[in-house]
Amino acid sequence: MAETPRRTPWGRFLALPNDSLAKTLGVAFLVALVSATTVSVTSIALKPRQQAHIDAAREAQLAELVATLPGLAEILRATGADTMESVLVDLTTGEIDTTTDPAGYDFLAAQTDPALSDALPPELDLARIGRLPRLAPVYLVRDGDDLALVVLQIYGAGYQSTIRAYLALEGDLNTIAGLSIYEQGETPGLGSRITAPEWQALWSGQQVADATGEIAISVVRGGAAGPHEVDGITGATRSSNGVAGMVQFWMGENGYGPFLDRLKSEGV
Amino acid sequence: MASSLLRHLTAPIIDNNPITLQILGICSALAVTTSLSTALTMSAALVTVLAGASTAISLIRRHLPSSIRLVVQITIIASLVIVADQVLRAFAFEMSQRLSIFVGLIVTNCVVLGRAEAFAMRNPVGPSLLDALGNGLGYSAVLLLIAAIREPLGSGSVFGVPVLPLASEGGWFQPLGFMLLAPSAFVLIGLLIWIIRTLRPEQVEVNDYPFQGTDGGARR
Repeated sequence: MAETPRRTPWGRFLALPNDSLAKTLGVAFLVALVSATTVSVTSIALKPRQQAHIDAAREAQLAELVATLPGLAEILRATGADTMESVLVDLTTGEIDTTTDPAGYDFLAAQTDPALSDALPPELDLARIGRLPRLAPVYLVRDGDDLALVVLQIYGAGYQSTIRAYLALEGDLNTIAGLSIYEQGETPGLGSRITAPEWQALWSGQQVADATGEIAISVVRGGAAGPHEVDGITGATRSSNGVAGMVQFWMGENGYGPFLDRLKSEGV
Repeated sequence: MASSLLRHLTAPIIDNNPITLQILGICSALAVTTSLSTALTMSAALVTVLAGASTAISLIRRHLPSSIRLVVQITIIASLVIVADQVLRAFAFEMSQRLSIFVGLIVTNCVVLGRAEAFAMRNPVGPSLLDALGNGLGYSAVLLLIAAIREPLGSGSVFGVPVLPLASEGGWFQPLGFMLLAPSAFVLIGLLIWIIRTLRPEQVEVNDYPFQGTDGGARR
């Protein structure tokens, strides 16, 4: 086949000696191009399907979180299943937004959409999320007229991934009822241990703010004492600190703080 | 001719098994064999990647500059692995959660690069595909065999279906916790290699470094 005259550029390219510079660069470029295209097309084509699974897993986790919280199952049983109310909160004013439908709001997309989020100055960005969405979904559970539980969606940067979790607060809006991490991509076996139920259970019952109202909750290295400290995980310091940072951020004045203050003073 | 082609497919299953003879791909064999379903999924993913990689590399083997040969092979393998991982995440979400990083680690599975470099680089597409399928099946056979021992003994179930009543649930079977740990797969693979080499002594390697006595003479 080497005898046939090669007229097309493609034919001339294939006829080049394998170890020539042009052929080496050309083959490298073509392989990279085909591989990158294959990977991108697969990734984009399968994204909606994967996201549906992740959403389903998240909802299952929310249901599980709510079911394992002490006393809550009874409240839900007593008042019927519809008592878990989903609202959208305007994070800057702390008011419940009634103009957008919570069911149709894509929180995940809003986190990076410049039209639906604002840039966060790095010194305020304890969770290292870069941009803050203007609206965030919150679940409220009532016991009669009293607030029994508030479930917040929080997220932040860990060691190598974005960690996403539900944070459930008791009616006093300061005691953590439960923390449930539903998505993370930390190092398997090390950072990924933040999803261990034993570690997440350490957060339950802890107080976010101290008596003066300052955010005091933190992750400490061994020997956690008092209502504001949680033991970090050995070998997963940065993942543990990532979780602490995101709890501090979202409970603070730049996160759900204004909303929680409003709930405390005005009720719902 | 047909029989020699078929030989590419059948030889790696026992005679030239990637795990028990070539001792390749051990890491994933330890990690995913605690249950049959994970072993089966992993096997399917590996066979797909291996077949795809060998075919693609065999197709372009005449135009691969030797200086960037390995980089190109790894790029192709890595892309196929990402595709396999994405497909699992989309269509078998729970299974992909259970396999966590091990599908991604197929990239570093020596079986894939080993067959690309040793066979697909030098052979036409047909034999390369058969060789890849054969090696994939050989790998899968060992994985499934190890998992078929580990799952019932370690958790009293087969494909997640309980077969042995557990002591913790009022039955008589006390599960062997050891079977759920990676070292048990080492022991089982070791025993398997022993059995195969006892039945087929030709698989025993020549001792390249026989024990040397102080007088310099080799001893048996």
